[in-house]
Amino acid sequence: MNGSWRVRLEAAFWLLPCAAYFVFPDYLVLGSQVLTAALFVVSLDLILGYAGIVSLGHAAFFGIGAYTAGLLAVYGWGEPVTGLILAGALAASVGYATSFLVVGGEGLTRLMVTLGIGFLFHEAANQASSITGGMDGLSGVSMWKLLGLWRFDLSGKTAYVYSAVVLFLVFLLARRLVASPFGLSLQAIRENERRMPAIGAPVQRRLVSIYTLSAALAGIAGALTSQTTEFVGLESLSFERSASALIMLVLGGTGRLYGALVGTCMFMLLQHVFSDINPAYWQFWLGLLVALIAFFAPGGVLGSTTRWLDAMSFRFRRGSGGPA
Amino acid sequence: MASFLGIVFDGVAYGSLLFLISVGLSVTMGLMKIVNLAHGVFAMFGGYLCVTLMARWGVPFLAALPLCFAALGLAGAVSERLLYRHLYSRSQLDQVLFTIGLTFMAVAAATYYFGPTEQLVELPPALRGQVSVLGLELGAYRLFLVALVVLLTVALGYLVERTRFGAQLRAAVDNPSVSAGLGIPVERVFCLTFALGSGLAGLGGALGIDVLGLDPTFAFKYLVYFLLVVAVGGAGSVSGTALGALVLGVFDVAGKYYLPEAGAFIIYALMIAVLMASPAGLRGRRL
Repeated sequence: MNGSWRVRLEAAFWLLPCAAYFVFPDYLVLGSQVLTAALFVVSLDLILGYAGIVSLGHAAFFGIGAYTAGLLAVYGWGEPVTGLILAGALAASVGYATSFLVVGGEGLTRLMVTLGIGFLFHEAANQASSITGGMDGLSGVSMWKLLGLWRFDLSGKTAYVYSAVVLFLVFLLARRLVASPFGLSLQAIRENERRMPAIGAPVQRRLVSIYTLSAALAGIAGALTSQTTEFVGLESLSFERSASALIMLVLGGTGRLYGALVGTCMFMLLQHVFSDINPAYWQFWLGLLVALIAFFAPGGVLGSTTRWLDAMSFRFRRGSGGPA
Repeated sequence: MASFLGIVFDGVAYGSLLFLISVGLSVTMGLMKIVNLAHGVFAMFGGYLCVTLMARWGVPFLAALPLCFAALGLAGAVSERLLYRHLYSRSQLDQVLFTIGLTFMAVAAATYYFGPTEQLVELPPALRGQVSVLGLELGAYRLFLVALVVLLTVALGYLVERTRFGAQLRAAVDNPSVSAGLGIPVERVFCLTFALGSGLAGLGGALGIDVLGLDPTFAFKYLVYFLLVVAVGGAGSVSGTALGALVLGVFDVAGKYYLPEAGAFIIYALMIAVLMASPAGLRGRRL
């Protein structure tokens, strides 16, 4: 695929959420759930897909963002954009503080530390029920008008457009980032963490930076969710949320930003259709799907498609006899 | 003082159960470098098998236990040959995802066949009630549990330290490729170890119905505990796993009794502290 085609394809992709706004006006609430989830999955892709840090506790930052924005609104500051920024900043500082625990270890240790951090925050929010509402969740989140102009309406128009714009801006940032020398050095660390110091790359510092940034974006995703749903549940910090984000990312394909978006759409739509039928069945088929993908198609949908396209074009080029 | 000793004893009983279930996970993680998040599934189905055997075929509790061990051991061997074998050379992410997928399926299947309710087990009369030991009132079942696990641990220690299979296992943990070069059938050692670990988990699941409870969420609810035990104890080390399980068991029970408002906070913080101080766990080698 050459450059101009790529840009056209990307533009076409981003027309989809715009088109969905007009084509499915009754599904805007589901739509903004997909968009906020996608933002969270993009943040996970930055550390997992690019830097190779498998995290089982990324929901910690999502939840911190969600509770920050929610609590701000409950205690009288319902301005959405500043809430978003504050939530991102708080999640980033927690991410920075915990990043040293995470990047210090490797392999199983790292996995366990992320899991432990996730459970720690979940338990903290559960115990501090006087502040967070505990199991019942935090209700009474009421947002001011977005930019002082648009009210958050029941049909979810404002929420949808707000989520879409935030996702698009974050995506542009992430897209720029992963193509930068910094992003390339992350991928090199993912490929071989031991060899990178030999060419003078400060591995620990790079990993701390991306982990902090990813935490900030996860916090923004959490804040966006609590602002658009006007509710924060304990579930926003749960292991299930971390695991499902991981699954969404892998469905689409790790290490490619569009994989995060495609995977989230697939997951959320499948969930919407199947869990209406029976939640236990949904869980079974989801498990089967994940196991099959991990077993047979490690690159997810986009990875497998790309491989298939490459193989096709290789065969095509060989068939025509021209030089590759 | 008496209540303190009672709590320590409860913690030890709890820890010995955790040890029984986690030891297979620890050895397979150390030996095959595989992150098996579906390990709790073996324990869960051990529990369900025990309940089914007792309720439907009237098998007595004590006779059901070895059957659970054997059945889950066989299931472990089969799944190792069919599924896990292909994961050894894969990335950690693939292993995590595949085994999470398996767990989701198992939880859904358990909900489908056994219903979402908590299962109960009818203990034989000799194991009910309290026993007075040196002036302490101890639960008879917990005493039985500790005694059984001590016996099994001694047997396991003998197996690992004194037998030919144990020597092969230790060599394979240290360096699989060199061991294979020396003619040790590493694949068979892998398979037998996996089967033994699954069987012990199944036995632990059956023994744990009365202590841990049993419902379809078991596989996820206690997974964290099993992983904590392995992480704290150190993957690949039997004695480390025992130590980790006892430490966690005692801290968890004591924490819930003395500091209920802290909840499960204590053990997560404990784990992170241990991993910070020694990334490979208390007794483990670096993975």
